[in-house]
Amino acid sequence: MKAATIQLETLTCPSCMQKIEGALKSLDGIDKDTAKVSFNTSKVKLDFDEDKISIEEIESAITKLGYDVLKSKVK
Amino acid sequence: MQKLILRNKNSITVISGILIAIGFISHWTVGNMDIFTWSLIIASILGLAPIAIQAYQALRVKVVSIDVLVTIAVLGAFLIQNFEESAIVTFLFLFGAFLEQRTLNKTRSAIKELTEMAPESALKQMENGEFEEVEVDDVDVGDILLVKTGAKVPVDGTVLTGEGSINEASITGESIPVQKEKGSNVFAGTILDNGTIQIVADRVGEDTTFGKIIELVEEAQDSKSEAERFIDRFSKYYTPAVLVISFIVWLFSQDVELAITILVLGCPGALVIGVPVSNVAGIGNGARHGVLLKGSEVISDFSRLDTMVFDKTGTLTVGNPSVAEKEYYGDNVNQVLGYLASVERESDHPLAKAVLEEIGEITFFIVEDTEVVKGGGIVASVNGHRIAVGNVALMDRENVKLNEKAKADVARFEKNGNSLVLTSVDGELKVLMGVRDQIRPRVREDLQKLKRLGVKNLVMLSGDNQGTVDVVSHELGLTEAHGNMLPEDKSAYIKKLIEEKGQIVAFVGDGVNDSPSLALAHIGIAMGSGTDVAIETSDVVLMNSDFSRLPHALGLTKATASNMKQNIFIAVGVVLVLLASVLFSEWMNMSIGMLVHEGSILVVILNGMRLLRYKQR
Repeated sequence: MKAATIQLETLTCPSCMQKIEGALKSLDGIDKDTAKVSFNTSKVKLDFDEDKISIEEIESAITKLGYDVLKSKVK
Repeated sequence: MQKLILRNKNSITVISGILIAIGFISHWTVGNMDIFTWSLIIASILGLAPIAIQAYQALRVKVVSIDVLVTIAVLGAFLIQNFEESAIVTFLFLFGAFLEQRTLNKTRSAIKELTEMAPESALKQMENGEFEEVEVDDVDVGDILLVKTGAKVPVDGTVLTGEGSINEASITGESIPVQKEKGSNVFAGTILDNGTIQIVADRVGEDTTFGKIIELVEEAQDSKSEAERFIDRFSKYYTPAVLVISFIVWLFSQDVELAITILVLGCPGALVIGVPVSNVAGIGNGARHGVLLKGSEVISDFSRLDTMVFDKTGTLTVGNPSVAEKEYYGDNVNQVLGYLASVERESDHPLAKAVLEEIGEITFFIVEDTEVVKGGGIVASVNGHRIAVGNVALMDRENVKLNEKAKADVARFEKNGNSLVLTSVDGELKVLMGVRDQIRPRVREDLQKLKRLGVKNLVMLSGDNQGTVDVVSHELGLTEAHGNMLPEDKSAYIKKLIEEKGQIVAFVGDGVNDSPSLALAHIGIAMGSGTDVAIETSDVVLMNSDFSRLPHALGLTKATASNMKQNIFIAVGVVLVLLASVLFSEWMNMSIGMLVHEGSILVVILNGMRLLRYKQR
């Protein structure tokens, strides 16, 4: 498992947060318990299985919802 | 296609606005109804596209978002051919979202400034001895790094060679440069104002003090108070409830326009956004002023504070005591001082440091069988003699008899505000030293400010003798002061205040000692100096140990708590007024509803932003 922190553009409504969390939790390879979006910092934090999904695929799931990814960090 | 539309949301807003303007101008100037109708239809379709996409995405993950409400409302308006409403509502919704994003960015700027201070690169010594620029993530503990004038220190480390002055404002909030030389500790995120230094990395990345500060500030922003958690739960059911109410209204009244107006009016934007905005702005202001507030619960408790309890040494006083008075009893003073210095060398207590400084250069002896007596002092064996160094209680325990002169000296030293260090050799008192600490500058004024801000009791608890404590207390105008207290006495005292008297209590300490009291009080406030223990164990950290930040912290939490209440009041008030006007007035329609709704969101954001400029006077 790898831990990712993804910085998004500013989220303007708490429902944006719920939407992104919902979309991420539906992806295979993401630890659903860890996937959290912070409204205040506009940051996504999650653990994911590198063998099942890449950080680029996670980013693409977010951009498909219309939110820009500013930068990602994987540890 | 979806992505393209969402990416160009702002352009769509502008085009939609222009189309609405064209429609109305042609209607009012030349009375052309075709241009009016068609431009509004196109504006509605264009404007609805991004909102509908977002609504669809939300429904896919089972979220009934505000986009869903607006989409249904606009589709409804479209179906009853009220294009004026559909165009204006979509435009106002998009324009409102744009303004929200802009203003929220500003509110969060204080935190952003902080995170942007994080170093990104470092000059690392490679195997060939040359320094090369690498990303800060590629630096490991033990690496040797070069820091040049104007550069950020990339890690927490120790200076190996060179010297220079460093601006540590990012860690301590204090912008006066600090001189660093070989052996000095340096912190990540601070800036080398002048000089060149080589450092060895002790802690890197998120383990650095700066990394921890950023993490804590971010966590603090996400921590939610009971009120916020309630609003979150409430909003989850609120939006679907608005949908149901509007459906019921339509079912009974068959009035589509009324039903969709209720959909627009019921949007919960200001209520959901109001409290987090105040929270972020308050914490951001604190971070900028060297006050770390760990979350919204802390803000709420701190703002309702009854009693503030202080540790004395290092909190109200500078924590750098020196020997002010001394008395010797008997001969062989030099030898006794040698014994005393040898024993004190075993201790890192501030009083021991003061004694050693006073004695100066002397011949040291080998110390054996050292026993530290908690709250008393040290007993040890030197040159075959039993040496006891500590307070009066220790002398009692050692059965050291004080003659009349010694008793009078002790009373006088205490009255003068000294902490006492007595030394006995084989059960006989030989030296009495009175050690005094300086009161921090301007503490008295700051304590008065705390009183003006509503703190009812200012209490000092100290391990020092009652005489010293009384002198300091009198000088500072405290409500209560208790001496001779061990760490467990202090925590018992705090427990009593909380459990028996039902008070909301803050404990202010230096974060290293007294951790039980820091943990037990409702709010543990550490005078930090950027130490790990302080940052981790307390609820509020005053980063540069500057006492004057305390009134700022209290004033800020009060302002933040009241700002949150104002925002809830504005949000609930607006929804109530809107609902009342839709039921009892003629002037309310969808567009006005959306305008007021978006306006209220901006009002709560702007109200929250006021906290960024908060200053304690």
